[in-house]
Amino acid sequence: MADATTQQSSRSRDLDKLLLRPGHLVGPAFEPGTELRDDLQKYVRILVVGAGGLGCELLKDLALSGFKNLEVIDMDRIEVSNLNRQFLFRLEDVGKPKAEVAAKRVMERVSGVNIVPHFCRIEDKELEFYSEFSIIVLGLDSIEARSYINAVACGFLEYDSNDNPQEQTMKPMVDGGTEGFKGHARVILPGMTPCFECTIWLFPPQVKFPLCTLAETPRTAAHCIEYAHLIKWDEVHSGKSFDPDNPEHMQWVYLEAAKRAELFGIPGVTYSLTQGVVKNIIPAIASTNAIISAACALETLKIASGCSKTLSNYLTYNGVEGLHTKVTEFVKDKDCLVCGPGILIELDTSVTLKMFIDLVEDHPKLLVSGASVTHRGKNLYMQAPPVLEEMTRSNLSLPLFELMDKFPKGVVHVTGTAGKGDNRQSCLRKLRVAFKGVDGITDTDMAGGA
Amino acid sequence: MAEPKTKYDRQLRIWGEQGQTALEKASICLLNCGPTGSETLKNLVLGGIGSITVVDGSKVENGDLGNNFMVSESSLGQPKAKCVCAFLQELNDAVKAKFIEEHPVTLIETNPSFFSQFTLVVATQLVEDSMVKLDRICRDANVMLIFARSYGLSGFVRISVKEHAVIESKPDHFLDDLRLNNPWPELKEFTENIDLDTSDPVAHKHTPYILILVKMAKEWAKGHSGRLPSTREEKREFKELIKSKMIALDEDNYKEAIEASFKVFASRGISSNLTRILDDTCSEVESSSSDFWVMVAALKEFIANEGGGEAPLEGSIPDMTSSTELYVNLQKLYQAKAEADILVVEQRVRDILKKIGRDPYSISKAVIKSFCKNARKLTVCRYKLIEEEFNSPILPEMQKYLTDEEYSVAVGFYILLRAVDRFSANYNTFPGQFDGAMDEDISRLKTTAVSLLSDLGCNGSTLTEDLINEMCRYGAAELHAVAAYIGGLITRQFVPMRGTFIFNGIDHKSQLLSL
Ligand SMILES: [Zn+2]
Repeated sequence: MADATTQQSSRSRDLDKLLLRPGHLVGPAFEPGTELRDDLQKYVRILVVGAGGLGCELLKDLALSGFKNLEVIDMDRIEVSNLNRQFLFRLEDVGKPKAEVAAKRVMERVSGVNIVPHFCRIEDKELEFYSEFSIIVLGLDSIEARSYINAVACGFLEYDSNDNPQEQTMKPMVDGGTEGFKGHARVILPGMTPCFECTIWLFPPQVKFPLCTLAETPRTAAHCIEYAHLIKWDEVHSGKSFDPDNPEHMQWVYLEAAKRAELFGIPGVTYSLTQGVVKNIIPAIASTNAIISAACALETLKIASGCSKTLSNYLTYNGVEGLHTKVTEFVKDKDCLVCGPGILIELDTSVTLKMFIDLVEDHPKLLVSGASVTHRGKNLYMQAPPVLEEMTRSNLSLPLFELMDKFPKGVVHVTGTAGKGDNRQSCLRKLRVAFKGVDGITDTDMAGGA
Repeated sequence: MAEPKTKYDRQLRIWGEQGQTALEKASICLLNCGPTGSETLKNLVLGGIGSITVVDGSKVENGDLGNNFMVSESSLGQPKAKCVCAFLQELNDAVKAKFIEEHPVTLIETNPSFFSQFTLVVATQLVEDSMVKLDRICRDANVMLIFARSYGLSGFVRISVKEHAVIESKPDHFLDDLRLNNPWPELKEFTENIDLDTSDPVAHKHTPYILILVKMAKEWAKGHSGRLPSTREEKREFKELIKSKMIALDEDNYKEAIEASFKVFASRGISSNLTRILDDTCSEVESSSSDFWVMVAALKEFIANEGGGEAPLEGSIPDMTSSTELYVNLQKLYQAKAEADILVVEQRVRDILKKIGRDPYSISKAVIKSFCKNARKLTVCRYKLIEEEFNSPILPEMQKYLTDEEYSVAVGFYILLRAVDRFSANYNTFPGQFDGAMDEDISRLKTTAVSLLSDLGCNGSTLTEDLINEMCRYGAAELHAVAAYIGGLITRQFVPMRGTFIFNGIDHKSQLLSL
């Protein structure tokens, strides 16, 4: 009983039951014991991407799930409308960076936990930064940001010569998302389970109204608002871009929309709706965030410790009518550009870095413009910031083969923007480069390629 | 103080001002404020619930610091209810928060009338015996009750209330109320004035699909002795008929009409779900009937008379390709009919109230309006007493769950969550709560579960050794992540769930059991 009493007074009283005792429904590598518990605290580092509704919950849940080394990245500042669910923030915090306040508040409550905040865009961090973490947990509301982090994490995955993913290079991700009473939680083990891009069809693009409807046959309040926002604004304020966070701009759009609605006899234009349409506001409530974050934190604990089997691989929650949860096992897209072995590009040893960048820009499957190139964490060429651009500019005229230390083949990462027109977004692509006529390249090596 | 409208903006966009008002009027009592209870209240407090009362008799120990965010190092040794309450108050100063340092079990035994003051009682981490007692108390006082339990990687949520009527259920996918195959006179007339075969291509491609489908439905019915397309073949022919009216390939309105043609195939009149509510004995109202049932009685009269077999029109139409003029006029037409229907129902409500000796104006126009707009979606939930479920669950359902692979872990947890309570009643500890007696506890829990199954009449059913083993491993641990999940579930009650929700934290194949 002496042992039991000590446990009673231990802070990890409840978690210990799962971490110290053997079980039958556990992960394959589960080795229960105090060493496991201590390792989780000492060596496991978790990155939480996003410090909004999900991020706040995630930080709390992870801090109370046995992890002690957490970091959080978010570029936003706190707004009043966050306070109905982002429970780490108070009225006096409005205007401060979310990541910093969230980290501070959780550390105040849960002693022994260290949380490092990063107040910046996810693209601002070097790839090196992301490689340091054991697991990346996503609490985001944007498809673009998810797609970016997914590409970063999948970029670390290496394949052996038989195109089998190498487990030690796998960077697991746990992704949560919510919209009103609905949400999802998923586990992504790159190379083993489908990545975000494999199942991108789960996130159909937002329906935008055709411009001719806005201009000629508006029918709804939203049409009037989008007319004011997308057409009228530019007509009147030539050159000045619309800022959704500027209340005067918002007020202007609202008044213009109201005028147009009156002209066409269309009801329903309100200030609240104007904000909703223009900022594409996704309704949010505390309970869905709590459920989805909890599921994500639990999966993170299970992946890190093996203390139970994990979700395989996609959980949907729908609380609109009663309550529905469903688990779907999606399958990997074997031709996925992001988590697959990567596109194979064959080059002559004489091809310079500049030529390579041009080639990437024109490649029909890539179309990456403004490309920056890294190899094994080394910057070969960086478009920005100017200091780095200047430092790496001289590489442009050198053969890529030399820059890659004359290895016959290797993996390079290319970051830039992809897409056309309004659809441009940051992207990261992994490319397998092989040099022709160099020893070590055989026909069989090339067979599994592009 | 933040402008409440801004602070609650993201949720107002879901449940509107009416929902928010209901939330702000509610008073909630929480029993036991471990992480499961605390996390529940956290979400409600953030949303702006009216008042909370936290009941817990324990003091904060070290172990609580590892699973409960509402207590911190400085709380050690202090009453848990007090610390949790203080943190919750900090989250939202508009909420009235108080605490009572008392063990819920004592309160249930000694002061049953205490519970009648609340809108909702949330009872967490109670064992079977206390649940049964509290359930009777709340049922008699007509107070809504939610039970919740987190136990290792398992848990459950169960609602208990005699009757819960929901007007604004906001279901996700619900057929628009367009009356395409049963137009009222004004819509008929409006449609007749439109020429589908107009030679003006601009007018042709801006005729909204409502008008196209009303016309097509009429044309079809004429050629098929008044019937609507019903077989797969007929439906295909109907779509072909629409297609044949197109004069150019880019006519989005016709494409929308083909896509929306299923709205023509839907049967006329009211759903079986609504019929069941109208036929409920409660719709024969008397002076003590609730407002909801008075309105149902009025609705029943409306459908039998003015409605001609249909419920009041909802009055809104989805966006569709159209000229602005036609769309706005159609919108007005639907709205006018809806308003007219509301007036009729309102008059009937007033008459009924008078007849049963109540103030004819005791139900506001706004409530009647919302009732009419949602008439097709009304929901009534009734719940068995928990004792009844425990003693005599629906056996065929239970047998089905026990043999269905999708349900096997969830139903296993259901049995084992009850078995651990029997275990603790017998041995004064939960299985696996202390190290050292694991093997003995496993075999004891197995015996307990087997006898429970046989008491329920499920002879021959077995639970896997793995799951029994797992349950002992949990040793009654209350994990933060599981508690936060369960707490989130309790908070969300638009249409309360029916049945018992079993959380399965192993592979997340959680299930709702109807027993
Ligand atoms: Zn993929």
